[in-house]
Amino acid sequence: MDKRDVTPAAVIGLAVAACLLVPVIWPLDQSAVALDNISQAPSLTDPGGTDDLGRDVLHRSLYGLRVSLLVGVVAALVATVLGGLIGGVAGLLGGWTDRILMRVIDTIAALPHLLLGIFIVAMLRPSLGAVVLSVALTHWLSTARIVRGELLSLRTRPFIDAAITGGASRARILTRHLLPHVLPKIALATTLMVPHAVWHETALSFLGLGLPPHLASLGNMINDGQRSLLTGAWWASIVPGLVIVTVTLAIAALAARWRDRLDPRVRAELEL
Amino acid sequence: MSLTAHGVSAGYRGQQVLHDVTITIEPGETVGLRGPSGSGKSTLVRVLALLHRPDAGHVTLDGTQIDDIRHRVPSSRRTQIGVLFQSPRAASDPRLTLTDIIAEPLRATRQPHEQRVAELADRVGLTADLLGRRPHAVSDGQLQRACLARALVHRPAYLLCDEATTMLDASTQAHVAAVITDEQHQREMGVLLVSHDTTLLTRWADRVASITQQ
Repeated sequence: MDKRDVTPAAVIGLAVAACLLVPVIWPLDQSAVALDNISQAPSLTDPGGTDDLGRDVLHRSLYGLRVSLLVGVVAALVATVLGGLIGGVAGLLGGWTDRILMRVIDTIAALPHLLLGIFIVAMLRPSLGAVVLSVALTHWLSTARIVRGELLSLRTRPFIDAAITGGASRARILTRHLLPHVLPKIALATTLMVPHAVWHETALSFLGLGLPPHLASLGNMINDGQRSLLTGAWWASIVPGLVIVTVTLAIAALAARWRDRLDPRVRAELEL
Repeated sequence: MSLTAHGVSAGYRGQQVLHDVTITIEPGETVGLRGPSGSGKSTLVRVLALLHRPDAGHVTLDGTQIDDIRHRVPSSRRTQIGVLFQSPRAASDPRLTLTDIIAEPLRATRQPHEQRVAELADRVGLTADLLGRRPHAVSDGQLQRACLARALVHRPAYLLCDEATTMLDASTQAHVAAVITDEQHQREMGVLLVSHDTTLLTRWADRVASITQQ
């Protein structure tokens, strides 16, 4: 592992471990109110400070991160499958199918996707599934375009012609030459989509359209913490804000480094 | 028995680059094809290789008219025509090693490959060290040798070389020519040599056809 990967990988590792282990290593009820301990500054007993209902902000932020990462990863995967299938059909079939699918994508892309996401959650009951669906249905377009563009470009490359004259079937060309080229790019697009999806979940929760208010979500917390900012309890929104910024930047940084290594030539140079 | 383009006209998106061209490659003969850049030489190779549908005319392979192109042509017919492309780099999957590049047509048609790959690698002069490398780690000449081995791997009846030696140094050019000539002597393979190098064509080809810019 390159030393420049260590910091983002460590941040992601720590965040995932904290999310998974928080019920074991810090067994507090995330919804339990302690009115005798409200808006306390960060201390040894409450490392993130407490909010206006006396709940530890860092503890709730970790629960919020669990939800955000879960939504981010699942929504990115759903969007990838959807975008991959639609982009794959457009890129492999080409012609009219491609033209019609691309115009549909252009039409959806012309709409502001946060508004579209709000419309989708507003149609459904507030739940984790509704947020995942809202983020996934508004984020498959870029994957579809990447897959379609890659396939159209690969299809006309002479090495595909060489494979055809060599007797390869369509399925063989797809599995041996097309997918191995497209899959790393799809995986990269998915990874880059995770922080974006997390921000969307946060934005929807911040607007009160995400998870029910009693469940910790980073967006809910930042929204609730706004009130405390005026009373000087800055930690109530800054701590969840820092958690989300740090973790999403770490994922984006690792994905960007991975993108650099996708090109076999760049990889060879890095190995030297 | 021959590979023939009969009165072929072809182009791209309505723009015609080939007009009523007829050319025949008999088994065992080397036909040169010369013409200026943009005259449609590569398009004619693609038509003969059953990769591009002509707007008019047709291709016959050993007396059988072939009306389809690409995957619509049965694999057994496609493999009768080998193609050596101008740019070995564009014609090689950058993710595969040279061994895999040579073996791929045999794997794709489920035939044993180890012995044949070793034999061809030896003939085109690729060492074991080179065979384990990917295209970015070898020179154009070394990669074109691998592409030649790949083009010959199915023992095609006809080999189409589209400016295949233009980018190579003199010694690699001579080696590629020697391997192709040797293969012709062994089993009467018909060869089409496309080039704008008149000297090369007069030295190598049995007869030279010209194509003019329209």
